[in-house]
Amino acid sequence: MRTLDQLSPGQRGVVHSLQGDSMMHQRIQEMGVIEGAEVEVVRLAPLGDPIEISVCGYFLSLRKSEAALISIDEDDAPSGA
Amino acid sequence: MSIHFALVGNPNVGKTTLFNALTGLSHVTGNYPGVTVERKSGAMRLNGNTANVIDLPGTYSLAARSPDEMIVADVLLGQQEGEEPVDVVLAVIDATNLERNLYLVSQLRELGKPLVVALNMMDLADRREIKIDVAVMAEALGVPVVPICAHKGHGVSELLQALTEIAHDVSGIYSGGPLWPDELRHEWESLREELNGLSAKIGHEIHPMEAFRILVDKGGYAEERMAATLEDGFISRLEERRTRAGSGASLAGLEARGRYAWIHEIVRRGVLKPSERVTTMSDRIDAVLTHKVGGTVVFALLMVVVFQAIYSWAGPLMDLIDGGVGWVGNMVGSRMPDGVLQSLVVDGIITGVGSVLIFLPQILILMACVAVLEDCGYMARAAFLMDRLLSRCGLSGQSFIPLLSSFACAIPGVMATRTIADRRDRFTTMLVAPLMSCSARLPVYVLMIAAFVPDERILGGLIGVQGATLFAMYCIGIAVAVPIAWILKRTLLKGETPPFLLELPSYKWPQPRVVAGKVYRQGKEFLRRAGTIIFAITVIVWALAYFPHSASIEQQFEAERTALTTLLPEGAELEDAIADIDNREAAEHLNNSFFARGGHLIEPLVKPLGWDWRIGVSALASFPAREVVVATLGTIFALGSDVDEESESLKATMNAATWPDGSPLFTVPVALSIMVFFALCCQCGATLAVIRRETQSWRWPAFTFAYMTVLAYVAALIVYQGAVALGLGSA
Repeated sequence: MRTLDQLSPGQRGVVHSLQGDSMMHQRIQEMGVIEGAEVEVVRLAPLGDPIEISVCGYFLSLRKSEAALISIDEDDAPSGA
Repeated sequence: MSIHFALVGNPNVGKTTLFNALTGLSHVTGNYPGVTVERKSGAMRLNGNTANVIDLPGTYSLAARSPDEMIVADVLLGQQEGEEPVDVVLAVIDATNLERNLYLVSQLRELGKPLVVALNMMDLADRREIKIDVAVMAEALGVPVVPICAHKGHGVSELLQALTEIAHDVSGIYSGGPLWPDELRHEWESLREELNGLSAKIGHEIHPMEAFRILVDKGGYAEERMAATLEDGFISRLEERRTRAGSGASLAGLEARGRYAWIHEIVRRGVLKPSERVTTMSDRIDAVLTHKVGGTVVFALLMVVVFQAIYSWAGPLMDLIDGGVGWVGNMVGSRMPDGVLQSLVVDGIITGVGSVLIFLPQILILMACVAVLEDCGYMARAAFLMDRLLSRCGLSGQSFIPLLSSFACAIPGVMATRTIADRRDRFTTMLVAPLMSCSARLPVYVLMIAAFVPDERILGGLIGVQGATLFAMYCIGIAVAVPIAWILKRTLLKGETPPFLLELPSYKWPQPRVVAGKVYRQGKEFLRRAGTIIFAITVIVWALAYFPHSASIEQQFEAERTALTTLLPEGAELEDAIADIDNREAAEHLNNSFFARGGHLIEPLVKPLGWDWRIGVSALASFPAREVVVATLGTIFALGSDVDEESESLKATMNAATWPDGSPLFTVPVALSIMVFFALCCQCGATLAVIRRETQSWRWPAFTFAYMTVLAYVAALIVYQGAVALGLGSA
């Protein structure tokens, strides 16, 4: 299973789990990135980091190191055009 | 009897726009004691009575990690020192972002206070084809929900209507809400009982919401604050409760899932959204602005514009102020008899006021740029683009604009750090901002380089030594700032690295009223807080340079003048000769002043830097405001204070200056050490005053002054000794 930082722009999936229990975890879950939430990677910043995802109907940016804590169940279907 | 409302909501939902619509121009800004969060309140008319509105900082959740973040919860619970209890909570939510916004609303319901929800951005929701059944939502939430469009003013009268009708019927909010597992409920209730048993020690009764936060927020501020009041053993008991409450699972996760499950149900019933998100103009703009190439280009251009605005466009305005102050000074001075009072009023007070006002153009311009960028939504993108670069230095993308602005002037740069949410990042950015070589340092560089750095080209004619030296001075600041930021983050400002979770809001047209309001408030705050300190410093500096004013020196030069007037006829030659006498008198007075005594005193200290007491005095005199250094050098070398960095006579005089033994005073190593010292030293009382204002403490500006002075001294020492050792002194 891949983590969110490993996905490329356009790829989407469902949050499977979040490793750990720090402030970061609380914040990120408050923002809607919880188990079962649908997320899609929209783009990477020009320098490769941070990444921008769409979740809960809005756009959120987070660092790859933070995204690495989120495991994703990916869609098998190819992402829409 | 006035009612107290509290405006709460996520950032970027238009809370400020609504606040302005409700309170007009009556706002008051200030601070909450002990924290660096800004306090905004105002008054509005409701039903013929006055109501007070407090605009709480935007937040996504009531869970707090620091005193700054706890403000919202404390004010709402009536636990904030100096604050009236809140009668009605007015939650502003974004109709295009319902799920995340309702998270906070679900927590607000648990306060047990009358709650009204203002559903803002209905126009945007229309454009996204989002249809909301307000009645269903109101029924599910158990509170009145009023659709509004704050920036167009729609729905505001209905909102006021709902606020007057609110009565104090809170029955609706006690029903429904997220479902919590039994274990969690049990431990929550039991914790509350335990704490209420200790209420004598704690000082107040524990609200269920506070107990919930203490239980769920592992390592949070609610827990930290409670643990500080109670004895040891509390934390370990709390940990045991947590394990039982969550059956081993993370409580934060449980809370988030519980609340969102409840929210999804409401949204499912009451909201109709298109299956695929409608691409709006905002999305299309974003595709360009965050594009790898296009986005970076636009970003660079925007930054150039912002920088130029502060650096160049402020110039004419500053000159205007300078001229105005000078004119007033001359006018007043000519109407007063010569003497200490005249000098105090003209050189002390009027100059003091001028030295405060001169910063206004740069501050207002930068604040306007920042407000526009923030309001339109671009700030978040700027942080997004720059984060990688800055996180390598221990900062975050949000530090970019403040630091860039500091290359023009650190004062607005430090004020701009308010946009940085995390306290540690904000403080670190403020503490390294003065290291960015600001525009006031440029005259020093220009003078020293033009006078002492050879105008040669190296590397086969590719690089000019003078230009390279100038560039190097700018780089020194950055090169030093990086390790300093890194060290600060690991020592004084240690703590958990905050997550870089940044919402990228939709783009919107910046609202002139919001922008103007922000700029006006920042300017006023600057004048009030920093202005008084800067003014005080200027007067003290005046006193140190004036006293002890020797009457015998005055008489001596007056005699010279009289003698000269009898010798020479009126005309240009006489005027020049008189001007020369005036300059030499000014030099004598300065040499006799407390400042100069200080310079002589520290001469042994500055000799290893290659300086003599005259350079020492100039550096000392520059501590409050480095821009006076060239004028001070001019005065000391008897050329009068009107010289600037281009002055040929100053350069010539400096070239000819010697030590008592005849060896040249200004050599290349000395010039380098002077430049390096000025590059790294915090010689700006105004910056320190603003840091004091932003950090609400004298510790931080004192620390900034101390560390930069030490840094500057050591670096200047190394540069001087190194340059001499390398044989540059013989040039």
